[in-house]
Amino acid sequence: MKNAVREVQGSLVVTLEGEIDLDRAPAIRLLLLDCVGQGRDVLVDLARVTYIDSSGIASLVEALQNAGKGGTRLGLVAISQQARRVFELARLDKVFAIHSDIDAALAAAG
Amino acid sequence: MNAPAEELLFELRFPAQADRMSVVRETVRSAARLCGFDEQTAQDIVLAVGEACQNVILHSYGDRDDGQILLDIRSGGDRMILRVVDFGPPVDPKRIRPRDLQDVRPGGLGTHFIRQLMDSADFGPAPDGKGNVLQMTKKKVLVT
Repeated sequence: MKNAVREVQGSLVVTLEGEIDLDRAPAIRLLLLDCVGQGRDVLVDLARVTYIDSSGIASLVEALQNAGKGGTRLGLVAISQQARRVFELARLDKVFAIHSDIDAALAAAG
Repeated sequence: MNAPAEELLFELRFPAQADRMSVVRETVRSAARLCGFDEQTAQDIVLAVGEACQNVILHSYGDRDDGQILLDIRSGGDRMILRVVDFGPPVDPKRIRPRDLQDVRPGGLGTHFIRQLMDSADFGPAPDGKGNVLQMTKKKVLVT
C-alpha cells in the first residue's frame, strides 16, 4: 500500500493503492493538498484502490475544492469498480471529472 | 408470527481505533459470504459496517482512545443482522441523519452510505443504558 506521485506532461499524477479508510485518509489528504498546492493540474489514479470510504472521499472532495480555488483541475483516472460504486452512492460521479486513463485525461485537459 | 431464530456468526470486540478496521472488514466480508451474499453485496455490507465503526471512533468516543466497539453479526432467516455497539455517552438519534448531497463538501457521507446500502438501520441507546447500538439488516437474495 504505497502512494506515488509522478509528473506527466506538466500534470501531477497521484497513484493511490489498497484500502483508503480512516487510518490512511489523513496522510492521503495531506499528499493531495500538497500536490494541489503546487499550482498544477492533478490526476488521481484509483485503478488499484480496493476499498474507499467516506473519509477517503472527503480527502478527494477537499482537494477538488482547493484545486478549484487555485484555478487548477483535479481529475480521477481509471477508477476501480469499488471506488466507482462509492462515488455513485455519494452522487459525486458527476462532480469529479472521471477519465478512463491518463492519456484520455491529458487529452481532455487540452 | 414469531421472528426467525438468529444464529450468531461472529462476535468481535475491539479497540475503537482506525488501524483495527482492516481486520474488522475482512471478518464482515467473510460473514457476508457465509450468509450467501454475492461479492458486490458483501462489499456493500463491509462499507456500511466500516462507516458505522468510523462514526463511533469519530463521534461517540471523540478524543478518547480507550473506547471499544462490539460487533455482533448474526444470520436470521432471510436476513443478516449486524449490531455495532459502543460504550460511549448516549448520542441523540436525531443527530444521526444523512446530510444533503447537493451540498458538496468533505465529510458527513457515512450515514448516507449506511442508509443507502442496508435494508434497515436503527440507532438508539443500548438496552442497559450504557452506550449506543446501531442495528443494521440486509435481506438475503436467493440465487436460483
